[in-house]
Amino acid sequence: MARPRPEPIQVVKQRRDSALKALVDAVPYIRFLGIEFDRRGDELTAVLNYDDKLIGNPFLPALHGGATAAFLEVTAIIALGWAQVWPQIESGALDPQDMAAGRLPRMPKTIDFTVDYLRSGLPRDAYARATINRSGRRYASVQVAAWQDHHDKLYAQATGHFLMAPPPPTDETA
Amino acid sequence: MIDKVKIARQFIEAVPHASALGMELSEIDDGRAVISMPYDKRLVGDPETGVIHGGAVSAMMDTCCGAAVMSHPSAPGGTATIDLRIDYMRAATPGQRITTTATCYHITRSVAFVRATAVDDDADRPVATATGTFTVEKR
Repeated sequence: MARPRPEPIQVVKQRRDSALKALVDAVPYIRFLGIEFDRRGDELTAVLNYDDKLIGNPFLPALHGGATAAFLEVTAIIALGWAQVWPQIESGALDPQDMAAGRLPRMPKTIDFTVDYLRSGLPRDAYARATINRSGRRYASVQVAAWQDHHDKLYAQATGHFLMAPPPPTDETA
Repeated sequence: MIDKVKIARQFIEAVPHASALGMELSEIDDGRAVISMPYDKRLVGDPETGVIHGGAVSAMMDTCCGAAVMSHPSAPGGTATIDLRIDYMRAATPGQRITTTATCYHITRSVAFVRATAVDDDADRPVATATGTFTVEKR
């Protein structure tokens, strides 16, 4: 049996990038903070673009602990949403164009979120990646690591629990 | 003592991220602070329901806890967050102002322990609670 021809790279990238963009653009608060997501395959890196309004201590100066907490929480929620969406966009069950038009899956809800402040946040860009340690039908447990200049020198880390949205009804049950 | 309260209020209001989120400090005294934040569409986390993002609530919690530490009679100067845990009890009702009350319930020479509760118009059902530890900076 002949192996099916692989999809052209542009088609693959376009589908994944537009699905991610739809997920991120839907949230006003992500735009307010100036967070963007870099994608390599299914791996996401969140980028908090520096802006003066993120400052918490103008004398040092240092990033606001709340801005850092929000950045890590956004990273965790998008990582969970992305992990849920990925198999559906790859199988064709979800159309990125529909997502861009606002037909988005329900996002997970935060149950609790704990942030460890390891170093003061410098007035420059910050990066974060989430690790999903467990994602069940109802609950998920996620860790987030954030750094600035050096990836091995974390400036903050977080762990949180999330309530997963029930899966959408399938065609048979709808 | 009056001076410290005045300094703390000015300090909070001079924080760029606090003013970007529209935070207003209404009470600060003796290890207790009250900060509120009006509903703002830019802070929405769920576009379908219009509910404010948990991150914005976290930012207010962090600010309010820090303010409570600085207003404590045993706190000589500034503070920084060591750790902060937020529990989200329910979504804040869209359109309503969120108000956080933080209490610094214990302080040592190096660490301040703080609790906070955030409510909307229905003050009997908290939106979120927080517990945190903060540094006690030498003057």
